[in-house]
Amino acid sequence: MEYILSVATVAGINIIMALSFYAPFMTGQVSLAQAGFAAIGAYSAAVCTVKFGIPYIPAVIIGGVVAGVVGFILGIPALRIKGIYLLLLTLGFGEIVRVIFINIEYVGGAAGFPGIPYQENTFFYAYGLVLILIVCFERLRNSRMGRAMRAVGDDETAAEINGINITAVKLKAFAAGAFIAGMGGGILAHFQEFIEPLMFGVMHSVEYIVFAIFGGVQVFWGPIFGAIVLSFVPEFFRFVQAWRHEIYGALLIVMMIIKPEGVITNDSVRFIKKIFRGS
Amino acid sequence: MILEIREVGKVFGGFCALQNVSIRVEEGKIHAIIGPNGAGKTTLFNLISGMFDISHGEIHYRDKRLNGLRPDIRAELGIGRTFQIVRLFPSMTVLENVMVGRHCRTHSGLLKTFFHFPLGESSEEKQIRNNAMQWLEFVGMTHRAQQVAANLPHPEQRRVEIARALALDPDLLLLDEPAAGMNPKETMDLDALIVKINGMGKTILLIEHNMNLVMGISEIISVLNFGEKIVEGTPAEVKENPAVIEAYLGKKRN
Amino acid sequence: MFIQQLINGLMLGSTYSLVAIGYALIFGVLGLLHFAHGEVLMVGAFMGLYIILWTGLPLYIALPLTMVVTGILGMIIQFLAIRPLKKNFHLAPLLSTIGVTIILQNLAVKIFGGYGTRFPDTIAMDNIMLGPYMVSSVKLIIMGISLLLMVIFYLIIKKTKLGKAMRALAESHLTAGFLGVNVERTVFLTFGIASALAGAAGVMIGVSYSAISPFIGLTFALKGLVVMLLGGMGNVVGAMIGGLILGVAEVLSITLLPTEVNLQDIFSFGIMIIILIFKPTGLFGSKQN
Repeated sequence: MEYILSVATVAGINIIMALSFYAPFMTGQVSLAQAGFAAIGAYSAAVCTVKFGIPYIPAVIIGGVVAGVVGFILGIPALRIKGIYLLLLTLGFGEIVRVIFINIEYVGGAAGFPGIPYQENTFFYAYGLVLILIVCFERLRNSRMGRAMRAVGDDETAAEINGINITAVKLKAFAAGAFIAGMGGGILAHFQEFIEPLMFGVMHSVEYIVFAIFGGVQVFWGPIFGAIVLSFVPEFFRFVQAWRHEIYGALLIVMMIIKPEGVITNDSVRFIKKIFRGS
Repeated sequence: MILEIREVGKVFGGFCALQNVSIRVEEGKIHAIIGPNGAGKTTLFNLISGMFDISHGEIHYRDKRLNGLRPDIRAELGIGRTFQIVRLFPSMTVLENVMVGRHCRTHSGLLKTFFHFPLGESSEEKQIRNNAMQWLEFVGMTHRAQQVAANLPHPEQRRVEIARALALDPDLLLLDEPAAGMNPKETMDLDALIVKINGMGKTILLIEHNMNLVMGISEIISVLNFGEKIVEGTPAEVKENPAVIEAYLGKKRN
Repeated sequence: MFIQQLINGLMLGSTYSLVAIGYALIFGVLGLLHFAHGEVLMVGAFMGLYIILWTGLPLYIALPLTMVVTGILGMIIQFLAIRPLKKNFHLAPLLSTIGVTIILQNLAVKIFGGYGTRFPDTIAMDNIMLGPYMVSSVKLIIMGISLLLMVIFYLIIKKTKLGKAMRALAESHLTAGFLGVNVERTVFLTFGIASALAGAAGVMIGVSYSAISPFIGLTFALKGLVVMLLGGMGNVVGAMIGGLILGVAEVLSITLLPTEVNLQDIFSFGIMIIILIFKPTGLFGSKQN
């Protein structure tokens, strides 16, 4: 039971991270910096609780805010560039964050930051946050700002011509993604009790992309679905566990070839809603 | 005078796409811009709507100098446009596409989106939806409201694009070859739609290749050739002008 | 002292150039970022290592053999993970090569272990005096081979029919197809050549660092990307020069900056971010995709 709870908790944190990738992705921005933002959130939150005795919830929120502010600042230059250039910028940023933490002795440097107070109820906090995020994304979907974000993701020029300030929209989405990732990092830190720079490498950012792309990027349920499936499946099949990463990789390639829109699409969401309405 | 283009030029890395073009568009008129391929018509639209920077000259919309303003600000000022190749947001429904057009006339930000109470649709959202539905009705597309825009046939996509542009309450509407790829029947319907929009007091600036459409509905025609304005006048005047005939058909051989 | 460091920097940089050429070639011809290119390099490093360990062949035979193996690997990657993609999702090639990266890296951990493996001393580790400057013979050989490969590569691009086809594709796939270029085959060979160069870089990195691990792929992929940006996206000659510049800059930064901070890595990423923000076309201009 304890084991399943622990797996489910990790899955919850993965959902948060997949959604943090999805927020800027909605506006057409592919970020490889999400693990870096998680690192900023994790270290900030851990410093709050360990060094200043700040309680858990405010510490996690502070972690999110710090990451969000950094995301906002990084987002300003990031707006001028797109596509592969943006990907490289976020990749470089993610690595710089890691190297910077390796060099800060105050938080343990390369050896890591031990002694972070364990949060027993991480499961509830993680899924509480997931629930809040679901409400936010659902509200966003049918709202002025949500449509603007999707419009920018679909066609920046057409969005601009129709009166959308694309700079502002993209910046907000990028900062929001960083904020979500920061809180995810804070929750992770207080679940693992120990963090080290290695836990936030580029390959982790890549993993969040796999969750989102596998699940589908047309609706926010896609990243949630992807994170849940790819977190649980390896835990229950020994064979899958050992070859988890290879399977992730192959899955990504196969998905790109046969179903680049992901498992959950607009149509499947409509279909499910129909079933629930019973019509 | 709603739009004044003063001695405008545009240079792309040495190539002069537009040169010394001056056009005055009067309020409430249907004003057409014609010319052979590569004459610089779409470039002119891109300068008016702010997709490119102007190399020389000035563009004024009412009392406002447009040079250097972002496209979204120009839209907010009241300039709407459609594209030569329809550019709807492909992943959205028809209704959502038109609702995007209301963006700059409404205000809800992220925080208001997340924390509005009571639950359910906010009053602003309802108002956006109603307005968008009205425009869909105006262009006769209500029956398609819930379909994904990318799945519509081309002439219907064009109508939705026009509805989206109208949703931002423009006073000046730029239509870039709206009849391209349409059959005669569809073109006639479009014709009627443009006249109807103009009838609401909206000024229309139109690029078109279809001479029947242009001659039938426009009050003033400016002719561009090789990036310069060669003739301007009423349809009857333009039709008779030897320079226009030459531009379209080439020089007469002896 | 300065000249000594300059020479060291050029040596380091020449391996960066080899990696970056592959990126630039693929980006130039296909307009896509081959994320798994660094893993091809890593495979090349291990291939070189095991060819030398098992067969005892000298470096100058092991190197071309490795290049053949990684060249084939590159073509397999193109065949399995890039060719079948539909054209309607522009991120598909990137994500699918990320998939290849994950697979290759984790397979390598399973096969070779997650720790560094020592490269055998295949070349006499003598130091040679070049006038007043002491240079290790290994580094000299590496630089020599790198420069030789670059010259051969440059000749292929400029003089051969294949090179012409590649340059035509870089301009426009459609037009090149009309003009009778076999697009599929050229793209296939482009991956082969780029991957062979990455394999060579892998072997030489193995020889000069004398230890390799499955994780060197990402490290050198990042360096290669920085170099490509520096030289201009898709600009092959820019990549050659950019590599030398980054190599020299890194070596000088180690000598000139305080040693207690591990600035070497931040340094190259810092360069990358500055270029991306202020001059995304790189120093020598990029190819539009």
